[in-house]
Amino acid sequence: MSAAPTTEVKPAPPAIEKIKVKVDGREVEVPKLTPDWQGKFAPTTMLQACDIAKKDVPHYCYHPKLPVAGNCRMCLVEFGTPALGPDRKPVMNPDGTPKIAKSPRPAIGCATPISPGMEIYTSTPGVKQMREGVLESLLINHPLDCPICDQAGECKLQEYSVDYGQSASRFVEAKVHKPKAVDLGPRIMLDAERCILCTRCIRFTKDVAGDDALGIVNRGSYNTIATFPGLPFDNNYTLNTVDICPVGALTSKDFRFQMRVWFLKETKSVCTSCATGCNVLISSREEKIYRYTPRDNDAVNGPWMCDAGRLNFKWIHRADRLKDVLVRGQKSSWTAALSEIADKLKQAPAGSVAIVASARQTNEELWLISKLKTKLGALSDSVERTGDADKLLVSADKNPNTNGARLTGICFSEMGINLPKIAAGIAKGAIKTLIVFGEDVTKHGISTELLGKLDTLIVSDILPNATTSAAHYVLPGCAHAEKRGSFTNTKGRVQKFLQAVQPQGEARAEWDFLHDLVYNVTGKNGFLTIEGLFNEMAKDVPAFNGLTWAGLGDTGVTVKI
Amino acid sequence: MSFTVPANLEAEIDELITHYPVKRSASLMLLHALQEHFGHISPEATQWVAKKLGLQPINVHELVTFYPMFRQTAPGKHQIKVCRTLSCALGGSHKLHEHFCTKLGLDPHAHGLQTTKDGKFSVEFVECLAGCGMAPVMMCNEDFHEGVSNAKADEIIGGCR
Ligand code: SF4
Ligand code: SF4
Ligand code: FES
Ligand code: FES
Repeated sequence: MSAAPTTEVKPAPPAIEKIKVKVDGREVEVPKLTPDWQGKFAPTTMLQACDIAKKDVPHYCYHPKLPVAGNCRMCLVEFGTPALGPDRKPVMNPDGTPKIAKSPRPAIGCATPISPGMEIYTSTPGVKQMREGVLESLLINHPLDCPICDQAGECKLQEYSVDYGQSASRFVEAKVHKPKAVDLGPRIMLDAERCILCTRCIRFTKDVAGDDALGIVNRGSYNTIATFPGLPFDNNYTLNTVDICPVGALTSKDFRFQMRVWFLKETKSVCTSCATGCNVLISSREEKIYRYTPRDNDAVNGPWMCDAGRLNFKWIHRADRLKDVLVRGQKSSWTAALSEIADKLKQAPAGSVAIVASARQTNEELWLISKLKTKLGALSDSVERTGDADKLLVSADKNPNTNGARLTGICFSEMGINLPKIAAGIAKGAIKTLIVFGEDVTKHGISTELLGKLDTLIVSDILPNATTSAAHYVLPGCAHAEKRGSFTNTKGRVQKFLQAVQPQGEARAEWDFLHDLVYNVTGKNGFLTIEGLFNEMAKDVPAFNGLTWAGLGDTGVTVKI
Repeated sequence: MSFTVPANLEAEIDELITHYPVKRSASLMLLHALQEHFGHISPEATQWVAKKLGLQPINVHELVTFYPMFRQTAPGKHQIKVCRTLSCALGGSHKLHEHFCTKLGLDPHAHGLQTTKDGKFSVEFVECLAGCGMAPVMMCNEDFHEGVSNAKADEIIGGCR
């Protein structure tokens, strides 16, 4: 991306008045206003107050990042407000406490604002009975097919049924059967019988994704989520509806019937498909990745991610992954290859080496490469990757770490301007050694013929391509899901990701073998762990000064870019 | 598919829209107007209304499927509507509905409007027709019938043939 980098600066939130309410007899102080789904301040609701008081209020239709609909009634609670006398003054109990007038009717917690002195009751027999009633009615026409339902294990209907459900159904009438396995769109399958009609999917699609494609058709017990017949549900955010659907009605065609969720190991990571760097959870089992789901981070992606990024992990398991260290086409070992390479680099005259790194590599790796670059006086650059942006999350920059490449000095603000110089240098014979990381340079102006002129071509990559076939040394690297590291996103947020699965074959994390190589070439030692390496880098790169691996936390830190 | 609304009907519809502060509010009136003209609301008609009002087709489709009075396919020539609200339910309207269905070869337990294969008759339940004192009550097209026995039902069918 050649656009000028911008760091996101958030204004400090305004001071919000606090008010006191009681939740189940315990007094809590809650802000009078709370950010609503769009981040605008709106009166705090009873449900939010209960949340602050750490009292769970079961709910289906409420979602903090969607407009409030108030249709499921699962969040009904009882409440009371300070009683006022005829003089509009609070009435006091004999012991001096304000008398509370209990509301004769319950109210939905998700849409009822709190008021000073309010008392909310979430665990009375009445509230329990209401929850039981709501659940019973939701289950009337439900097919109870949990054993074959993908949502089982992370289903709100199951969870609340454990808390408030009945073990036997009292329903003796015939169930209404609704369509099952409805093909809503290329990535989404609907089971209308499991739907509880909370409208989360409709609201997300209309109000967040901006594609008014879903609606409820038919009437009464025949109500069904649908698109207009013949119009597929197909925007780049459809899979988020699978995440927010509280039940197993909306399922991902990709994940459907693939794995029971309780077997999955979840690893905190980030998406690498564009410079936004949406936070994700990688779900894997026995070294196989089954799905990506978005991980909440209000500084980056909120609770959402795009479909393209979410499904872009299949290549990690491709059978043709590079798995062996190759020296001139022959299988070799890391020790042998790295010491040969180090010897060659140490002898290389200044200016005879060039480096093409990838903006898909991590900050730590790029920094290590920049150490090599300085030592060797090498020309370096990386490859720009652009595509379409949208209004919600997707960035036009398809490299996850463009800013990392800039900040570590691998490339200039305008990425790729050194590539023609490198090509010219090779053509002239001035550049004899080329080191390439994760890019097929034959597609970026350094043709196979040019590569043939080199004395030494050192390539590290994940999948085979024309550059790896031409290489004298092939060093098999890792997908980000197979290693740890950090990226700097388009707004300057430094975010770390953890390792979900093991590298394939002989492959090693790039930072890990780069460390050995840099040590061999420059003689500098240090950092054998990613933590140590990151902290070392943070001291060295001005933009990262003051950062620590631990300090990045789960959601990252924004730096000035 | 070619779906054309005659110019005079379109003019009428454009005028209808001006009655409402928000275009969307005219949805039902437009659907009624189109159904009156075409006999039912085809998917093309739904799309036409959506386009006219600046909506998505699903917004209009929701209405068409919500109200049983909107027909998504052509109904029978004779539309039999049996009331099933309380008085009529007590007065035997389910038996009457069943009688019509058996007589016409339809499924008495199916949900919603059913039409005979020859397209002559449609049978459906409706809610209160405001003749509660004379249950069971029904309509055949625009004609209203009170206290309908099975014999009277047969007569009504006979009259239609
Ligand atoms: S499909 Fe899921 S999200 Fe949509 S209304 Fe039904 S239960 Fe709610
Ligand atoms: S918006 Fe970008 S970072 Fe986010 S999920 Fe999509 S491709 Fe990945
Ligand atoms: S969560 Fe409050 S009504 Fe659904
Ligand atoms: S209940 Fe049938 S007409 Fe009123």
